[in-house]
Amino acid sequence: MSRYLVDKFLYTVDRDPELVERYRADPEALVRWWEAERANAVLNCHTGEASTWLRFTPAERAALIAHDHVALFRLGAHPFLTLTLFIAMFERDNTEPLEYQKAYAARLAHFDLPYPDIAT
Amino acid sequence: MATVVAVIASTHHPFYYRASTATGADRPPFADEWVSKILAFRETLTRARPDVLVMVGSDHFHQLWLDNMPQFLVGKAPFYDANWYNEEREFGLPRMLLTGQEDLSGHILRAGLDAGFDLAFSNELRIDHSITCPIVTLRPEADLPIVPIYTNIFAPPLPQPKRFVQLGQAIREIVESWPSHLRVAIIGTGHLSLELGGPRQFGPHGPDPEFDRRAVEWIANGDLDGCLSEVTLDSLHAPGNATHGFMDFMLMMGVAGAGAKADHVDTLDLFHTMEAYFTWYPNGAPA
Repeated sequence: MSRYLVDKFLYTVDRDPELVERYRADPEALVRWWEAERANAVLNCHTGEASTWLRFTPAERAALIAHDHVALFRLGAHPFLTLTLFIAMFERDNTEPLEYQKAYAARLAHFDLPYPDIAT
Repeated sequence: MATVVAVIASTHHPFYYRASTATGADRPPFADEWVSKILAFRETLTRARPDVLVMVGSDHFHQLWLDNMPQFLVGKAPFYDANWYNEEREFGLPRMLLTGQEDLSGHILRAGLDAGFDLAFSNELRIDHSITCPIVTLRPEADLPIVPIYTNIFAPPLPQPKRFVQLGQAIREIVESWPSHLRVAIIGTGHLSLELGGPRQFGPHGPDPEFDRRAVEWIANGDLDGCLSEVTLDSLHAPGNATHGFMDFMLMMGVAGAGAKADHVDTLDLFHTMEAYFTWYPNGAPA
């Protein structure tokens, strides 16, 4: 499991308007670029201090590429981070207020308490 | 010594700014009632004539992150920029600049450490809606210096609920021991039952109205024993996956003191959440 790295992806993409758009438009290219170029960046440090060992699992990579928020929830991605980024990408397609947010919840309806662990 | 002239606890709904400023067809049907309740709530602070605001909130993965996550952090800076790109994007929140009260920040850090709380500090802290929402609702002039205090209610492992109460009690004592003639209001925001990013989000009411009813009763009556006897880190998962923010309400109950009944209690049942507003006057209600 590399739950931390999934959260780091969601966190860093959500903070950058350009990355939000690239993730919406071409998720496979963005995820593969991010994993190669950004996953090991130690935040707030110059690139010479990057870590060397952070990788997605195949399931995590696939969920991110598929924009599959249900799979991300099951894998324990932080639900606030996932929701915030996915609203940024998809709320604009709404025709009704909160349409995306309600559909997002409905697709998670099969989850019972306790929800998947989000500890990193 | 400084005087604590008001203790205030509330929810921090980021849509209030947009709802209250919307006009015409964009104005939601609940906006007028919401604004009316906020104006009454705001008056409870105005009447206390504060000079300084100590503001407790929770960073929402804006500046604080999992590579170096503090449990409790005190801002110590002359100014605080506020709100973030993604809050502007999602909630329409404005950029803000607030003045800091560094002397009180330093006093809280020194006395808090000496009291056994391993407080982190930040000399450059950009604050987010958990602290700017009460500025918008309670002090829209944004003219008073602040001391921001952030808690971790978001990134497990979290401190126990009891620790939040203890920190609240300590903050009250520490502020009252500040060698100053200034009038201090202590304001904190949290949640009642709340779900974000899960199957129970954005329903017609909060995810657990029964929890909300009991929580409002605990807070309004200062029933710390009742609250602590029922609330645990595990139990807070049941009313909604973001309900751990309730621990910031528990912190504020610690500030107000065990058994202290709130002087102002108000609620508003909004889509997906119960809004709640509380004010205590430790020295009696101002004239």
